[in-house]
Amino acid sequence: MEDTIVAISTSLGKGAISIIRVSGKDALNLVNNIFKGKDLTQVNSHTIHYGYIIDGNEEIDEVLVMVMLSPKTFTTEDIVEINCHGSIATTNRILELLISSGARLAEPGEFTKRAFLNGRISLLEAESVSDLIESKSETQRKMALNGVNGRLTELVRNIRDKILDVIANIEVNIDYPEYDDAIEVTHEFLKEKVNSMKQDLELLLSNSKVGRIIKSGIDVALVGRPNVGKSSILNALLNEDKAIVTDISGTTRDIIEAKMNLNGIEINLIDTAGIRETEDVVEKIGVDKSKKIIDKADLVILVLNNNEELTNDDLELLEQIKNKTNLIFLNKTDLEQKIKLPDNLNIVKGNTKDLNGLEELKQKIIEMYELDKIEDKDLTYLSNVRQITLVTESLNSIKQVLKDIESDIPVDMLEIHLRNVFDKLGILIGETYEDELIDKLFKNFCLGK
Amino acid sequence: MKYDCIVVGGGHAGCEAAHITAFMGKKTLLITMNKKNIADMPCNPSIGGTAKGVIVRDIDALGGLMGKVADESHFQIKMLNSKKGPAVRSLRCQADKTTYPKNMLKRLEETENLNFMEATIENILVENNKIKGIVTSNNEEILCDALILTTGTYLKSNILRGAISTEGGPHGEARSNFLSDNLKKLGFTIQRLKTGTPPRIKAESIDFSVCSPEYGDNVFYTFSHDDKPKYKIEEQQKCYLIYTNEKTHQIIMENLDKSSMYGGYVTGVGPRYCPSIEDKIVRFKDKERHQLFLEPESMFYDEWYIQGFSTSMPEDVQEQMVHSLKGLEKAIITKYAYAIEYDAIDPLQLKPSLETKVIENLFTAGQINGTSGYEEAAGQGLIAGINAVLKLEEKEPFILKRNESYLGVLIDDLVTKGTNEPYRMLTSRAEYRLLLRHDNADIRLREYGHKLGTITEEMYKNYQNRLKEIEELKNFLKNTKLEVTEEVKTIFEENNFSLPINKTYFLELLKRPEITLDFLNEFILIPFSLDIKEIVSIDIKYEGYIKKTEKEIERMLKLEEKQIPKDIDYKNVKNLASEARQKLETIRPLSIGQASRISGVNPADISILAIYLKKEYGKNE
Repeated sequence: MEDTIVAISTSLGKGAISIIRVSGKDALNLVNNIFKGKDLTQVNSHTIHYGYIIDGNEEIDEVLVMVMLSPKTFTTEDIVEINCHGSIATTNRILELLISSGARLAEPGEFTKRAFLNGRISLLEAESVSDLIESKSETQRKMALNGVNGRLTELVRNIRDKILDVIANIEVNIDYPEYDDAIEVTHEFLKEKVNSMKQDLELLLSNSKVGRIIKSGIDVALVGRPNVGKSSILNALLNEDKAIVTDISGTTRDIIEAKMNLNGIEINLIDTAGIRETEDVVEKIGVDKSKKIIDKADLVILVLNNNEELTNDDLELLEQIKNKTNLIFLNKTDLEQKIKLPDNLNIVKGNTKDLNGLEELKQKIIEMYELDKIEDKDLTYLSNVRQITLVTESLNSIKQVLKDIESDIPVDMLEIHLRNVFDKLGILIGETYEDELIDKLFKNFCLGK
Repeated sequence: MKYDCIVVGGGHAGCEAAHITAFMGKKTLLITMNKKNIADMPCNPSIGGTAKGVIVRDIDALGGLMGKVADESHFQIKMLNSKKGPAVRSLRCQADKTTYPKNMLKRLEETENLNFMEATIENILVENNKIKGIVTSNNEEILCDALILTTGTYLKSNILRGAISTEGGPHGEARSNFLSDNLKKLGFTIQRLKTGTPPRIKAESIDFSVCSPEYGDNVFYTFSHDDKPKYKIEEQQKCYLIYTNEKTHQIIMENLDKSSMYGGYVTGVGPRYCPSIEDKIVRFKDKERHQLFLEPESMFYDEWYIQGFSTSMPEDVQEQMVHSLKGLEKAIITKYAYAIEYDAIDPLQLKPSLETKVIENLFTAGQINGTSGYEEAAGQGLIAGINAVLKLEEKEPFILKRNESYLGVLIDDLVTKGTNEPYRMLTSRAEYRLLLRHDNADIRLREYGHKLGTITEEMYKNYQNRLKEIEELKNFLKNTKLEVTEEVKTIFEENNFSLPINKTYFLELLKRPEITLDFLNEFILIPFSLDIKEIVSIDIKYEGYIKKTEKEIERMLKLEEKQIPKDIDYKNVKNLASEARQKLETIRPLSIGQASRISGVNPADISILAIYLKKEYGKNE
């Protein structure tokens, strides 16, 4: 951890300005050696300096250099940031210059890793920072910032304080059974307290669902028999949004995936179109494949043909999507209705030939996920699976307490659940040591010899 | 003359330590200032209490004496928290201050390999950082291989009442003037602690007719599973509940600056959980009254103890305070309350075996380690004794884990977190207390006792018999079905219980929260003793909770298994916060688990340490 690392910390080629960040004990010297301007080793911490990056006698770019000295920096090491003009060629040239003079190209997330290991930020904040770096939209950025600022930590800490109060009270009752100094924690008393904790956790979780949507978007699967119009829907949606259709390589090679944007939220469209029309054993493979896609998706749109009766495949698909959030797009409504559908389905009607019903489809998705209201919400969200799992488990324990109160389980036993929740939330905000965290670190940060 | 073990101090720690080293076959000398004061109870006249009652049973399971002596020396016994859940029940008896020490001494005198000596110890002999012996106040040297110091409150102790401070220990005994200074010279950190005791009252001067009586339980209990009850339920003595009142509070507030504490005469730190009455009144101004319990000290003399009324006021103020109490208007005070200050070592300088890190083969137990309470002392004495023997025999130390015994919690807390006030065991300190119950102490610990050789064959058999009975009862419940007859139907209806399906197994029925073994006993006689019934119903009824606790324990044990090499140099662990580095260097935890319990060592520090270990030592894994 003693070497000096460097990376381009802005998206390459996207903005007018690129920032190159250098962190480590040689950061100052390395940059100073290729900088024409003030002697950076003599300047105050947290100051900005105008000058040129030079390679020998050649001036590569006109830059602003920010000097931040240890320990009040993100990594707690010396950090120098070079703001240069944003062209890919220039930025890469400066990066190469720094690497050839001794800096090492940072691994993904390595600045954050250093910040975490140097005790500058908690794991939760580390997660948020990597979210911030990877954020693609303003909403995502806002959400990540809330995490970094510790707002989530504060919220969780409040819930923990509530739990601690109750635990302490129960303990006094146990340890001083003959003294009437503290109120006796009865089932009624506990129920009231626990209900309030339940509400807090539920709010956190329901917000986190939105959080996940903001971060990862909504995965929408288009399923249906061949030739019912899936691809047409996909193309129609995409054409309008001028999105790019990509052919994702690897295991999902034969699934067309495309992205579009609804109210600033990314919609990942997954179509199974490619599979069946190119191969012969299509039907069998098609069903297996769509099963997998259905499992993975947040929302499944089943496309059915209005002009035909329901086939066995259709029925099979209807069965498969039963337990998922789903929508039926009833295509070819310009033709005669031959289909007979069961009740209680969420249906949008239209026909792809005239681009009919597509607006309604989009509107439906917006409604289902309240995408029109996201901007107004409090953006203090849990943003990854680890966090959500911890809170979900906590909520389950809290619910168990409420259940066990009804079964007349003694209060001091119920406290076991409360302690458990207290610990879980402690792990969440890094106030309880959790061994898995180290495993996680090793996995994500490539440590060890 | 050379001994294998010398134990200095004949209090509750010293008694257990001396007994167990002798029992394990080591030639032992117990040195006390005054043989009359062996197993003395200078404060409350009771043994056990919340958490402490479990400690007594844990001591008993491992072959200690406290439970058995208490069983033959009390005049009242009750199960505390009997209305609460099973994890927090605990026995407490009113022990007779005359018979308890007498019975303890008798057992010690019957112990082979155990010798006694009356002397005051002022120094210890050390060679190459290893214990060699002791020096008495008469400059007599006695040699030994292992030394256990259980000096209680006798190190440089001062008795305080108001502005008056007298050198000496409880009962006006002499104190050890130089031992703590000498320990300091050897490298020990000495801290000053304080505790206190309430006034004693002549029984015949109390008007009991205005006090409300507190009775013992109507059920037979013993601390030791090896004992049969030796008392008659109806012969149990009463205690009484009274309250302070406005006048008491007024007297205290008016005289506050005369008390040793508030007058600034005390330098030691007192326990928060056992505050003096003036503390309670100052800290809880809004409370109109405080509970006080009147407890007889002994059946052989006429003195009562006022539980909850400890104070460091001068004698004349104490007179006013006592006389303000209802029923005590004409009370005669036989002993005035006092605060006592004494020297103790910093328990962070101890290993989990209770051997000191400073001097090899030197062990300490009880108040010298910063604890408070007879039971806490006895438990440490026992563990220190066992480990002294193991050390002499070059065996691995006996370290109980936090999920195995309250003694494990106690010692782990002491050597990991240290203490700057007298440490008292509380139920809340034991995170796995559902498993650390009074009813399963022998199940948890007797196997250890057997392996270590700290219990007799007979005691081991008693435990095996209990195991067998537990198994039998479980099988009985597994194989017995309830026929829902008209009669059964009526009984269920009378109790407002929902009727089970015909031929439901007893085991299933018992899982219902409202159904107890006593209730099922109405249908078929369940011929098992109360304690067997208790342990089995808990296992069945709270199975889910027990499993949850076991899962937590698994998580904890995983961290305990991550050992920290003894030779680790924390200077090489980069990026540790400086407070964490310093704490880790002093405490030198044995495992990542222990390290994570040190206050001031944050999860981030533990991560860094864990990563360091994996990088530096992981190759050998």
